[in-house]
Amino acid sequence: MGWFKRSPWVIHCNATSCNGCDIEFLASLSPMYDVGRFGVINVGSPKHADILVVTGSVNAKSTQVLKTIYAQMPNPKVIMAVGLCAVSGCVFQDCYNVHGGVDKVLPVDVYVPGCAARPESIIDGLFKACDKLEEKYMQHKENKRKAG
Amino acid sequence: MNTLIEIYQSMSIFERMLAYVILAPFIGGLLAGIDRKLTARLQGRVGPPIRQSFFDVLKLFQKESVVVNKFQNFPIILFFIFTVLAGALFFGGANFLLTVFSLTLSGVFFVLSGFSVSSPYSHVGAEREIIQTASYEPMIILLAAGFYLATGTFNVGEIALYKKPLILALPGIFAGYLFILTIKFRKSPFDLSMSHEAHQELVRGLTTEFSGPALALIEITHWYENVLLLGIIYLFFAFNPWLALAVTFGSYLFEIFIDNNYARFKWQLTFMSSWVFTAAVAVSNVIVFGLIR
Repeated sequence: MGWFKRSPWVIHCNATSCNGCDIEFLASLSPMYDVGRFGVINVGSPKHADILVVTGSVNAKSTQVLKTIYAQMPNPKVIMAVGLCAVSGCVFQDCYNVHGGVDKVLPVDVYVPGCAARPESIIDGLFKACDKLEEKYMQHKENKRKAG
Repeated sequence: MNTLIEIYQSMSIFERMLAYVILAPFIGGLLAGIDRKLTARLQGRVGPPIRQSFFDVLKLFQKESVVVNKFQNFPIILFFIFTVLAGALFFGGANFLLTVFSLTLSGVFFVLSGFSVSSPYSHVGAEREIIQTASYEPMIILLAAGFYLATGTFNVGEIALYKKPLILALPGIFAGYLFILTIKFRKSPFDLSMSHEAHQELVRGLTTEFSGPALALIEITHWYENVLLLGIIYLFFAFNPWLALAVTFGSYLFEIFIDNNYARFKWQLTFMSSWVFTAAVAVSNVIVFGLIR
């Protein structure tokens, strides 16, 4: 029915980011870019969220945190990797502690490159994430119909 | 407007209750949407469309329900039922005290849902909700007492048809009610337990562990409650229906304005300020009534 496109609730997790992409994500919620006009709310609890926005590359500790948050989100859910560090690890991928981008530990649906990712790219990524959400919901309904 | 009042008076109590049960969520949802739009504009943003609250609720119904234990959604259903009952009794024209009791009971169930999960954020949110309830309960009781002293009846139907302006008889009670309305609407400075605007206060306060349909039901219940609370304002100006509607809508806008201007109070200040203000304006109003008699 398209309700996920109209009301995507986002939870933001900083894996090991330098905070550049975090600031840009929060800037997209500010009056200048205002992604809130599309119904986006930056929620605090993972149980309320549809989209998990991850910034920064992952190491062992942040893997645990990300998996805990992802597990608590109810279906349908998508993950958006914001910034080059989350996409692939960027310049840090050969570091001894860095595993790489987010897709090394969790299934990423949308990649938003940039260092730091610009708010316009983040908003574009959120739109693509909403389309993915709708796809996943249709899939879920189809599976339920076939099983039941 | 007079035709509406005539239609309302010609309906039986059950028809009026049914009208409330069907119409209130639409009105409440639009009010919530207006709230978000106005808040956004006051902050220099564009803001979501007015129908956004309906989109949110419809989306939440499509989400999976993730529960920690089997009991946690049950108090939410009871919270919903008793709030709708309170509103239906009020708009049906029944006894005002029953409305107050039903509303208090629904609040107790909401707190119980917060305690039924094991998240510490949820527990702090539930404790703050209790403190909020303790802050506004004396005012609500004085509201009922004030209506009785001014009109001689607890029956909402008769209070609504009272010829003399209740606002002139009960100005202190009206002021006290506006004060605690900010607590009931969960707006700054009194949004301690599950803040409407601060989406990450205490992770999400009382509603941290609720997802999907339960969360949607909490939102819908708040819509019903808001329509009931605004209806009480109407009673103060019931001698002139157009003025009453204007003041009702105006107080909602006033609450949004206050929300955008104040930072959150600590719980001690919330409690103290509510009780002191209640004592200062509402109790003195009641005492003056006693002296005049």
